[in-house]
Amino acid sequence: MTAALVFDLSLCLLIAAVALAAVLADDLFTAIVLFIVYGLLAAIAWVRLDAIDVALAEAAIGAGLTGLLLVGAAARLGGRGAPPAAGRTPWRLLGKAAPAALCVAAAAALVVLVLALPDDAPGLRPLVAETIAASGVTNPVTAVLLNFRGYDTLLETIVLAVALVGVWSLTPDRDWGSVPGARQHARPDGVLATFGRLLPALGLLVAAHLLWAGADAPGGAFQAGTVLAAVWLVVVMAGVLPAPATADTRVRLLLVAGPAAFLGFGAVGAAGGVFLGHPAGAAKATILAIETALTLSIAATLGLLVLGVPRRPA
Amino acid sequence: MLPDLLAVGVPWAVASIVLPLAVALAAIALGPHARHLVLPGALLGAVIALAAAAQVLAHGAWHHAVGGWLPPLGIRLRLDGLAASFLVATAVVACGVAGFSRRLFEPSARRETRAGFAFWPLFFVMWAGLNAVFLGADLFNLYVALELLTLTAVAMVALDGKAETLAAAIRYLLFALLGSLAYLLGVALLYARYGALDLGLLRAAAVPDAITLAAGAIMTAGLMAKTAIFPLHGWLPPAHAGAPTPASAMLSALVVKASFYLIARLWFDVLPAAATVETSQLFGALGAGAIVFGSLLALRQEQLKLVIAYSTVAQLGYLFLMFPLTGSAAAPQPWAAAAWTGGMFHALAHAPAKAAMFLAAGLMIKACGDGRLAPLAGIGRDLPIACFAFGLAAVSLMGLPPSGGFTAKYLLLTAALASGQWWWALAILAGGLLAAAYLFRVLNRFLIAPAEAAPRVAVARRDQAIALALAGVSILLGLASLVPYQLLQIGRPAAAVGGLS
Repeated sequence: MTAALVFDLSLCLLIAAVALAAVLADDLFTAIVLFIVYGLLAAIAWVRLDAIDVALAEAAIGAGLTGLLLVGAAARLGGRGAPPAAGRTPWRLLGKAAPAALCVAAAAALVVLVLALPDDAPGLRPLVAETIAASGVTNPVTAVLLNFRGYDTLLETIVLAVALVGVWSLTPDRDWGSVPGARQHARPDGVLATFGRLLPALGLLVAAHLLWAGADAPGGAFQAGTVLAAVWLVVVMAGVLPAPATADTRVRLLLVAGPAAFLGFGAVGAAGGVFLGHPAGAAKATILAIETALTLSIAATLGLLVLGVPRRPA
Repeated sequence: MLPDLLAVGVPWAVASIVLPLAVALAAIALGPHARHLVLPGALLGAVIALAAAAQVLAHGAWHHAVGGWLPPLGIRLRLDGLAASFLVATAVVACGVAGFSRRLFEPSARRETRAGFAFWPLFFVMWAGLNAVFLGADLFNLYVALELLTLTAVAMVALDGKAETLAAAIRYLLFALLGSLAYLLGVALLYARYGALDLGLLRAAAVPDAITLAAGAIMTAGLMAKTAIFPLHGWLPPAHAGAPTPASAMLSALVVKASFYLIARLWFDVLPAAATVETSQLFGALGAGAIVFGSLLALRQEQLKLVIAYSTVAQLGYLFLMFPLTGSAAAPQPWAAAAWTGGMFHALAHAPAKAAMFLAAGLMIKACGDGRLAPLAGIGRDLPIACFAFGLAAVSLMGLPPSGGFTAKYLLLTAALASGQWWWALAILAGGLLAAAYLFRVLNRFLIAPAEAAPRVAVARRDQAIALALAGVSILLGLASLVPYQLLQIGRPAAAVGGLS
């Protein structure tokens, strides 16, 4: 047994154990923390599978952002989201055992199906490798996301924008147009405020690097946008910059800039005969231009998603 | 000289996705000024849908490789007769709903309101999502399109912000997400098995082995949860009845059809070889269960919008009779194509009828200030146009001639009798009678003399006229069914004629 195999097996066991602990946790906050740990372990698993882009996305969005949203939701629920105190009545036990049995059965069926898959499954990796020279970039993930299957990504950016519209639509009517998120109280010379002044420079550099490197190495608009959103949130929490009002026209324009640029690019292509077609020889330039606009919009959207519904006057 | 706007290659199909997305983004950016875009955007969307249909009638089905990349690397869009007819049905309903909603969500005192801001982006993205589902020819891309629909539909249900609609929205979200995940799991299995996501490539490669069957079953179960087919219908009535009126119309007329459309595409276009007599009889049994159970529950409701919502549960049942009635390849049915066309015709005819019914009901409820049936007594005198619209829509739902609903049920019934499957004929006839029972119960209430003159809030004639126009379309579909019939036949899957499996 090699060291790598031991590591992988331990990782698998750890992931399953943390997942189980998250489901069984009695307290909502404990469950969320375990969920974040689960996401980070899953990110390591993706690294082991040589899918660095997926690992970055899993760590940033799956564990980080989703965890943050869950913590925010739990905080707003107060104690009300806690499951009822565990009793031992037969009905309650059945109520827990039935879904558990269903999950185990579904997982077992899935294992059987995956084992039945042919070993030489015909993936698209060779075809992507063959065609990548024409895509304008050398990172296969970016080639798929922004060129070969750019249409999926276009619709995904719209999904993100609509998710924010959906969250905002839950605002109490009287608070509409005001500032999202709780009021922050950071001591001007405290750790958070200092952090808020130091982090942006570094964060901007990392985001710009992820965006630029995405063409040839793991990275891209989604990862860069998440980093940028995190930086922005720290700046807001540290009280360096105020959170913007949701009715602010500049905020609205920032939200739609990326999807609009992508859509406009697609429409120009359609008028020329190919929807979302990149101009021959200039694909790298168009991909980077779209990704830059997308990075800004993704950062704004994710940041505002975390801040949540508008609830205090501008 | 003008260029030929209907020539092959003019990307009307692409425009039908790009335009509503552009209007939605503009609505987010423009805030209170967005309402000026709404009617021009909706009308332009209708023109695009009609142009796409005319293009298919003139030149046949059209395929477009997005980005210039052919499958399996890239994503294809497919505009055939079926897709074009759903584009047109969607545009008709969406235009009516847009006209109806324009004043409902007007900014108050020039200030943007919460619902006024949220409704228009949700509405136009929903429209784009529907069109993307109808045109999609790639299983993963269809998943993304379904997500657009789920998000917009759930947010629309919650738009009123009342506690009970929020609960309905959350239940809808959980059902819909579970459905999406099941669908995605099936897609992953098919991709792992065949290395392709394109419907055409999968159809050529698919063999009825265990993985393919399991994937098809998981995807179908997920899509059925989204379609709210019996017995997975529990989320639909509170969500569709609790949503704001224009949202109810969009959800009941169109959104539930999108996932049905994918079930039909999946079995007729991709996996006809994997279907068995048992699976298609099971689909039929679920459909018949929906017809009977939904109708009986509609009969017992005391809220007007709940009657209409349970009627949707029942009417969705007819769509699933299409599967057993097309028969199997082992024993091809002479009327198989009629069953397929009848099922699709039913989906198309139900859309404007159900939208008209919800819009008319919304006006009546506004006039009474009460959603229950009892206070509606005598409303026929106060809102004659809305009541007439409701009645015309009811004619189509009951399947009375000369409506679109009649044409659809006639085709299904003929196929049932010609193939000797009399039990499905019984379900169709029972559904018609039950629909008459639950709809006449409501219509009767409109026409009886009230015990005392009830105070009514005035509603605009223009809004009543929109409901009437939509109801008129569902009747017109029966009177002029030749063109839609011809359109449906263009690019019709072989399994619609030769039977499944």
